[in-house]
Amino acid sequence: MPLLLKGAGVTVQIFIVSAVFAFIIAFIAGLGGVSRLKFVRVFTRMYVEFFRGTSLLVQMFWLFFAFPILLRAYGYDFSMSPYWAGIIALSLNYGAYASEIVRGSIEAVPKGQTEAAIALNMTRWQRMSRIILPQALRMMLPGFGNISIELLKGTSLVSLITLSDLTYQGQMIRNSNPGMADEVFLALLVLYFILALPLIYLSRFFERRASKGVAK
Amino acid sequence: MDWNNMCQTFNDKDNVWSWQYTCEIFPDLLDAMWVTISATFVAYFVALILGLFLTLGRRSPIRPVKWFFQGFLEFVRGTPPLVQLFFIYFGFPEIPYIGFEMSAFTAGVLGLGIHYSTYVSEIYRSGIEAVPKSQWEASKALNFSKGQTWLRIVLPQAIPPVIPMLGNYLITMFKETPLLAAITLMEMLNMAKFIGAKYFDYLEPFTIVGFLFLLLSYPSAILVSKLEKRMNRRFRQKNA
Repeated sequence: MPLLLKGAGVTVQIFIVSAVFAFIIAFIAGLGGVSRLKFVRVFTRMYVEFFRGTSLLVQMFWLFFAFPILLRAYGYDFSMSPYWAGIIALSLNYGAYASEIVRGSIEAVPKGQTEAAIALNMTRWQRMSRIILPQALRMMLPGFGNISIELLKGTSLVSLITLSDLTYQGQMIRNSNPGMADEVFLALLVLYFILALPLIYLSRFFERRASKGVAK
Repeated sequence: MDWNNMCQTFNDKDNVWSWQYTCEIFPDLLDAMWVTISATFVAYFVALILGLFLTLGRRSPIRPVKWFFQGFLEFVRGTPPLVQLFFIYFGFPEIPYIGFEMSAFTAGVLGLGIHYSTYVSEIYRSGIEAVPKSQWEASKALNFSKGQTWLRIVLPQAIPPVIPMLGNYLITMFKETPLLAAITLMEMLNMAKFIGAKYFDYLEPFTIVGFLFLLLSYPSAILVSKLEKRMNRRFRQKNA
């Protein structure tokens, strides 16, 4: 059990770090998706489609096993720690998914709002930061809640690149105690669910709030 | 001329990216791709069927049954599929009385199927809730039995509009099949890892696998979004 709790600590840490990165990436890519510059839009689309089109585990394995080979071949002395490979893969992958939510919410703000802001002689920056984003943000929140649950579940994959998170510790315990696999993995499932509970309640709360007090 | 001889014409083994190596391992990866694809479809089938049961179970008028299904859905959706796979593959055979051994393929498709059935059931639910209440009332007025109401009235109207959404989950599940590598199934990713370990060069196998995933999932995603647009048009016309 102490081992599992230590693993849970690692899981939470990875979750928080990659969530922060993922949401930063999501905003950059989401805003890039509605940019007026064509090459920015095309570039963002490519990033999003690429990371949504291949699977997370493949990306993680590639970063961990293949990427260092590529760099070393070009003369950089480089080795990828499982910690950073996991975090980079998780944040790029979920960042791509979350950026679709950002983009969708920005596009869902009624056009009249933009026009009104133009009529009020606001600059582009003012329009985005004072009019569009505050309205889009409340639409994003429920989606962000769901993404963060997905991200928490995704962190279990880092155990496969030898990072000692909750799932990894579970595997270790199973290996040293034959015949206890059912108890160990049931305990893991319950622990993950306990970790996910606050996120589930948070996203419910956001969903309720998003539908409240909005003129339709 | 056999395949390996043909690959030697590239003769670039010392390069960072070797086409000869790529060519040599490609047939193995393609073989493994079929495992991936068949696992996807079988798991998808499990998810579609099980999802329907979950949807019906959640609508049960008996309170404890309803709570049980709701709790199950919430629990399965809140925990990582990887751990669920471990539980089914390693843990389940050790449960007294009911446990039995399963092959990696069976355990894998069951695990993925169960995990995604909770998502599929959410889609079914949205479809069912979109069926107008008057349809239920009409079938009651026509003295249809409960089974008839579901099979002849509600489901035929609830399922077609959500087919594109179901299609999206087929693609999502396809991208989740690499998880089965963790329970020793020799699908694409595991094959790539195996090859990489054998020749001590991971760059080509993992890159090819990533590329194959993109190649298969991106066109299907476009297809689904086309289907979605068409369906939207069709159902809007009907309602207008």
